[in-house]
Amino acid sequence: MAESGVTDGLCNTDDIERSKTEGKELTKEEKQRLRKEKKQQKKNKEKNDEKTSHEGEKKKKKKKKEEQPAGSASQPPAQPSPKVPAPAPPPAAAAVPVPASEAPAPADKPAKSKADLKAERRARQEAERASKGKKGDVGQPAPTGKLKAPPSELQPVVKRLPEHVQVDNPEVVKKLAKKLERQQTPGCNAAENVKIPLRSDYGYKVSLFSHLHQYSRKAPLTQQLGIPSTVIHPAIVRLGLQYSQGIVAGSNARSVALLHAFQQVIRDYTTPPNEELSRDLVNKLKPYISFLNQCRPLSASMGNAIKYIKKEISNIPSQCKEEEAKIKLLNCIERYINEKIVLAAKAIAKYSIEKISDGDVILVYGCSSLVNHILCEAFEKKRKFRVIVVDSRPRLEGREALRRLVQKGISCTYVLISAVSYILPEVSKVFLGAHALLANGYVMSRVGTSQIALVAKAFNVPVLVCCETYKFCERVQTDSFVSNELDDPDDLIVTRKGKTQLEHWQKVPSLGLLNLVYDVTPPDFVDLVITDLGMIPCTSVPVVLRVKNVDQ
Amino acid sequence: MNKEELVEYFRAQMRTDPDMASAVAAIRTLLEFLKRDKGETILGLRESLTWATDCLTGVDSSVAVSSGGELFLRFISLTSLEHEDLSRCKKVMEERGELFLEKISMSRTKVAKLCHTFIKDGAKILTHSYSRVVLRVLEKAAAEKKRFSVYVTESQPDSAGRQMADAVRSLKVPVIVVLDAAVGYVLEKVDLVIVGAEGVVESGGIINKIGTYQTAVCSKAHNKPFYVVAESFKFVRLYPLNQQDVPDRFKYKADTLRNKANLSEEHPMIDYTPPSLITLLFTDLGVLTPSAVSDELIKLYL
Repeated sequence: MAESGVTDGLCNTDDIERSKTEGKELTKEEKQRLRKEKKQQKKNKEKNDEKTSHEGEKKKKKKKKEEQPAGSASQPPAQPSPKVPAPAPPPAAAAVPVPASEAPAPADKPAKSKADLKAERRARQEAERASKGKKGDVGQPAPTGKLKAPPSELQPVVKRLPEHVQVDNPEVVKKLAKKLERQQTPGCNAAENVKIPLRSDYGYKVSLFSHLHQYSRKAPLTQQLGIPSTVIHPAIVRLGLQYSQGIVAGSNARSVALLHAFQQVIRDYTTPPNEELSRDLVNKLKPYISFLNQCRPLSASMGNAIKYIKKEISNIPSQCKEEEAKIKLLNCIERYINEKIVLAAKAIAKYSIEKISDGDVILVYGCSSLVNHILCEAFEKKRKFRVIVVDSRPRLEGREALRRLVQKGISCTYVLISAVSYILPEVSKVFLGAHALLANGYVMSRVGTSQIALVAKAFNVPVLVCCETYKFCERVQTDSFVSNELDDPDDLIVTRKGKTQLEHWQKVPSLGLLNLVYDVTPPDFVDLVITDLGMIPCTSVPVVLRVKNVDQ
Repeated sequence: MNKEELVEYFRAQMRTDPDMASAVAAIRTLLEFLKRDKGETILGLRESLTWATDCLTGVDSSVAVSSGGELFLRFISLTSLEHEDLSRCKKVMEERGELFLEKISMSRTKVAKLCHTFIKDGAKILTHSYSRVVLRVLEKAAAEKKRFSVYVTESQPDSAGRQMADAVRSLKVPVIVVLDAAVGYVLEKVDLVIVGAEGVVESGGIINKIGTYQTAVCSKAHNKPFYVVAESFKFVRLYPLNQQDVPDRFKYKADTLRNKANLSEEHPMIDYTPPSLITLLFTDLGVLTPSAVSDELIKLYL
């Protein structure tokens, strides 16, 4: 009964340690396993296919194993002890009487390791299922720490959490560090083991959000990069720095900057010998994307753009010459930016202008490039309206929106978000921008948006959300806790009259500063979503996603 | 076919079959217009059909006429028009038009079949103003030997409710006419509310005779189900945010729009009921929730 396949290193070494300390010799099988593990750990994660077949095999073997102990009375205690790294499965005592009743069981195996093996196998299966089930993760082995391996009778597909929301789990963080190490440019000199640095968290995190990263702006990732950095293209390094310092901010701006940087990467790219452009380029992009993710977590729009690029690259036919392929890709990116962002904005402006009537008082929040564009267009079409700009700390983005609108000549009022319920009786419509639209109709946007939507609903003021279709994502979220972004907590510190009260906030053990970036608005508060496809109710987002998937 | 002939044909259709929806009459007229049209190009044909629809909206300004016309145009052009010969294209379009007409004449029966099961024995129904679809539903329920009684609102200013009451009385169903202002009073006795619709908008809300919105708000307050019965050709590409957002051309009768200068002194004939107040919509496409209407509209139009 040779065990084979990808293993979770942790549980096996534990097991073997256990066997060693208890004075039992490593069985032939266990030795084999150890050897295999070491081999696997060196290989790439492109072994997913093999994993599935192994899993299939293992499942069959497991079923066999399950049937054997069915009759045994002492079996129940041997049943899955959930936590894999947990101490030795209890059955040390119980397992001893077991071998007597199990004739078909391989006679030479001590009963104890059989139970151990079962638990390990179960854990391995969970790990593989999880690593297949997670999307968007570059071959990350599933974090086992949070696993409760369900008994094999309950068949799985329990969706595992993506690693960026498991920051409080040290094993996940370790695995991420290992993954970043492994992401070196293939073909690069083995001597220069340049790796993508792992950014460390800063400051005390509020416990409700401790599963998210919190970085400090004063410690940009680029300080840890050596010069010359051969792994990461300089355009990407610059982009990463711009993201982490907040120089490039805003969903559309970030996506466009990303696409332009990728265009530069493609221009400078040469296919190494014996490699195919379609496969190699995608691999080249992976470390860049990890790097950018470390600088600032990717937004939904960026995620969709990256998916599109990867698809385009892998669709390049292999007989295509390099120059042609590069030009094709550059054109694709150009077209994507043009269609999905620039033209979409025009279409949305056209629909929105129908909704703006003379004498309207429009409330906007923060600085959304799309909403600003709409208002400027409407003003040019000679609609008479005035705007109330609502702003909030610490970003104070409303000031930028105010500047742009006043430059055009639109009459504006400026309030802080605390005055929203005071000003709302005057308002006839609320226009909001969105960072992403989730598949269950929830709107993810700058923190404070859901507050405005709530108050507007209470005053019966229609709320209109403007969003391009490339920001629609298939994720589902009902609250703002499970997946969010924590910005630098030091931004909340303010100096008035030379006194900075919060200067030494880190020394106070019970004090935490929370600087959230996004929040989620339920669809009941939103009356209308204006997209480039037309005006749809918030609940029709999955319909659009379905139509788009059919198109592609 | 010029404007007078068009209007005359339309009026004649309405006269011959008073039970027919005005939208169906409009579509018949448009089909006739298509047959007689002497255009040379497909684009020209489309433009003249749009012009014809506008003419008809000038006669009868209901939402259904405009939506029906637009859907008719969509339906007949939704086919391969790659033939060399224009007359062959026209023939294809005419056939599609006949098909469309046939489908929509069946729609009321389909709706009635879906809806009558929601009327239980001993039910008390409240309805608003005169709606032929609701009448058809009540007919079907009565034919199924169900016992129920009906309250109808008077529906001023044209007392259309009285016409409805007469029609229901002829079905041998007990009916009581109530004042528009008595809707809140009568709702505690009622089990469900069924209304028709002149138009179903993209958000899943409806446009119907003035007073519907009030009825909907009251039934929400009393937790009574509010059902809407409408044929699918009434789905229209409007998205009003509130009452003011409904375009003026639908709010008033066609004569009022033409003659009166200051519309703010006129009483609108229709109002908008938002989707949050509607429980279910019965259409020939099936029983839909208000959020599914947008799904169907996307399928029809996109």
